[in-house]
Amino acid sequence: MIALLLRDLKIAVRAGGGFGLGLAFFLIVVVLVPFSVGPQSSLLASIAPGILWLGALLACLLSLDRIFALDFEDGSLDLLATSPLPLEGIVSVKAAAHWLTSALPLVIAAPFLALMLNLPAAGYFWIVLSLLLGTPALSVIGTFGAALTVGLKRGGLLLSILVLPLYVPTLIFGAELARRGVNGMDTQTPLLMLAGITFATIALLPFASAAVIRINLR
Amino acid sequence: MVLKVKDLAVSRGGLTVLEGLNFTLSPGQALVLRGPNGSGKTTLLRTLAGLQPPAAGDIVGDPETIAYAAHADGLKPTLSVRENLAFWAQVFGTSDLSPAIDAFNLGTLLDRAAGALSAGQKRRLGLARLKVTGRQVWMLDEPTVSLDTSSVEQFAHTIRDHLKNQGSALLATHIDLGFEATVLDVSPYKAKLRDLPVLEEGLL
Amino acid sequence: MSERRSLWEYANPRKFMGLSGTILPWITIAGGVLLVVGLIWGFFFTPDDYRQGSTVKIIYLHVPSALMAINAWFMMLVASLIWLIRRHHVSALAARAAAPVGVAMTIIALVTGAIWGQPMWGTWWVWDPRLTSFLILFLFYLGYVALWAAVENDDTAADLTSVTCIVGSVFAVLSRYAVNFWNQGLHQGASLSLDPEENVADIFYYPLLVTIAAFVLIFVALVLLRTRTEIRARQLRAYMARERMQ
Repeated sequence: MIALLLRDLKIAVRAGGGFGLGLAFFLIVVVLVPFSVGPQSSLLASIAPGILWLGALLACLLSLDRIFALDFEDGSLDLLATSPLPLEGIVSVKAAAHWLTSALPLVIAAPFLALMLNLPAAGYFWIVLSLLLGTPALSVIGTFGAALTVGLKRGGLLLSILVLPLYVPTLIFGAELARRGVNGMDTQTPLLMLAGITFATIALLPFASAAVIRINLR
Repeated sequence: MVLKVKDLAVSRGGLTVLEGLNFTLSPGQALVLRGPNGSGKTTLLRTLAGLQPPAAGDIVGDPETIAYAAHADGLKPTLSVRENLAFWAQVFGTSDLSPAIDAFNLGTLLDRAAGALSAGQKRRLGLARLKVTGRQVWMLDEPTVSLDTSSVEQFAHTIRDHLKNQGSALLATHIDLGFEATVLDVSPYKAKLRDLPVLEEGLL
Repeated sequence: MSERRSLWEYANPRKFMGLSGTILPWITIAGGVLLVVGLIWGFFFTPDDYRQGSTVKIIYLHVPSALMAINAWFMMLVASLIWLIRRHHVSALAARAAAPVGVAMTIIALVTGAIWGQPMWGTWWVWDPRLTSFLILFLFYLGYVALWAAVENDDTAADLTSVTCIVGSVFAVLSRYAVNFWNQGLHQGASLSLDPEENVADIFYYPLLVTIAAFVLIFVALVLLRTRTEIRARQLRAYMARERMQ
C-alpha cells in the first residue's frame, strides 16, 4: 500500500503537472471573481469563503479523471487488481495520493488567495481548517466518480456531472463552516457535520469505488 | 494440480464466447492456448486471473498463486526500470530483484526511465515483473509480441526454468517457443448460438 | 425448479411481457380518466383559498408531480437493489425506464412550483430548502441518465448505475439535511401528512388524492411501456447479433 502511495507521488512529482495545473486553475478562478462582481473590498470580503471553497472544489474536480485513467491505459490497473493488495485499499491509496498532490496544495494556497479577496484576519484560520477538513471528502468522492467512469471514452464530462451533485453536502457544510467562522458565529454544527461527512466517506465509499472498478475491469 | 477448470464458460460483453472447457494445470506443466484472433483466449485468461466472473462452471485453484501478464505491461514511463520492478516486488511482498534482472538481461538498463526503452525492452521488463511476483502460476497473453529472436529464446529459457522449479504457465501465443507444452486449441469450444442471454430468448 | 409460484416469476421477461401487455391499456385508461376527473373537480368545483385565491389550484399538479419525483427515485433504488442481489434483467430495465419519467416529474414539480411561487412570494425562484432539494434531485437524475447512456455494455451499465443509485440516495438524503441547515425557508409544510392539523382542508384534499392516484397510474404505465420498449429493443439487437454471427 505504502509502495503504491509512494509510486503515485513519485510519478506526480516527476510529471510535474499534478501540483501546477490545479493550483493555476484555483488562482485564475479567484482572480476572475473581482472582474465579474466588481472590486469593492467589502463585497469581496463577504463572499471570499464561498469563492475559495468553490474554487478549490473545481480545482479538485479538474484532476479527478487522472486518478485511474493512466493506470487503466497502461494496464497497471489490471495488474494491481490481480495483486495481493485489496482493491478497497488500492482505491483508498489513490484517493490519498489525489488529496496529497491536488487538494493539499490548494489548502496551502488558500490563505494567500484570501489575502487578495480582503478576507478579515479572523477568517484565515477557519478557511484553512474547513478546507483541511473537507477536501479529503472531495478526493474520496471524486475517486468514486473516477472509478465509475474509468475506461469510458467521453468520461471527463460525465465524471463532472456525476460527482458535482455528490459534492453538495460537503460544499454546504464546508463553506458554511468557513462563513460562520469568519463572522464569529457558532461553528459547532457545521464543524461536526463536515468532519462526519469526511470520516464517513473515507470509511465507506472505498467499498463502492472498489465494486465499480471490479465491474469496469470485467 | 494447481488449477482445475470444470465445464467453464466465459463471456465477453454479455455474450458467451467459449463453453465446455475442461482442463487441469499441474506443477511443472505449461499449457499453450491456440485459436484465431477474437476466439476468446484473452477473455479466458482474464477469467482465470479473476478479473471477471465465469459465465458458468468452476475454476478450482488459489487466486493467490496466479501472476497475470496482459497485452499491456503496466509500466510507468517516468520511473526507472529498477523503480518499476521494485514497486511490483513490494506489492507482491518479495525483495530480490536480481533473478528477474538477470533472466531478462536488464542489468545495463536499470537506471533508464521505462519511457525511454524500446518496445522489445519494455516487453522484457514487463515479463521480468512476473518473475518478481514470486508466484507459481504465470498467465501470459501474447508474451512474445515485439520481442526479437534472441529475446524470445531468453524468454523461453526463463519459462523452462520456471517449470523446472515446479512452476506452471498458461500462455496464449501463436509461435512455438520450443519447450514441452500441452496445446489446447480453443476453437472447438466456441459457444453455440443458443447461449444468448436469457432476456433475449425467443420473445419477439 | 419448485412448483410453488412466487412473485419473482414475474421478473422472467416472458412472464413480464405477457402480464404487462395485458394490464398496460387498463392502467393507461384509468390514469387518464382519473387525471381528467381530478383536475376538473379541483379546478372548477373547489372554492378559491381565502389567502391564495385561485393560484392554490396548481396544487393538483404540483403535489402529485413532486411526490412522484421522489417516489420514482425510490423505485429506482429498490429496482437497483433487486438487480444487484437477484440479477433480474427486468428489474434493471425498469430502473432505467423510470429515470426519464422521474426527470419529467421533477421538471413539472419545479416549474409548477415556480409558477405558484411567483404570486405568493413575489419571485419565480427562492433558494428555499424544498425547492433546492428538488433541484439537487434533478442533478442526481441527470447523472444517472447520463451514465446509462454512456456505458455500452448493458450489464455493466446496469451494475454501475445501480451502485450510483445507492450511493446517490445516501448523498441525496445528506443533501436534504445540509440544505435544511443552510437555509430555513419560505415553503409551507407538507401538504399531506398524518397529522390532521397540518393537512390541507378536506375540500382540497379529495380531488388532490384523485390526481395523485392518476399520477401514480400514469407513472406506472410509462415505466411499463418504456420497459417493454427496451426489452423489444434488446431482442432486436440480439437477433441482429445472431445474424452477424451466422
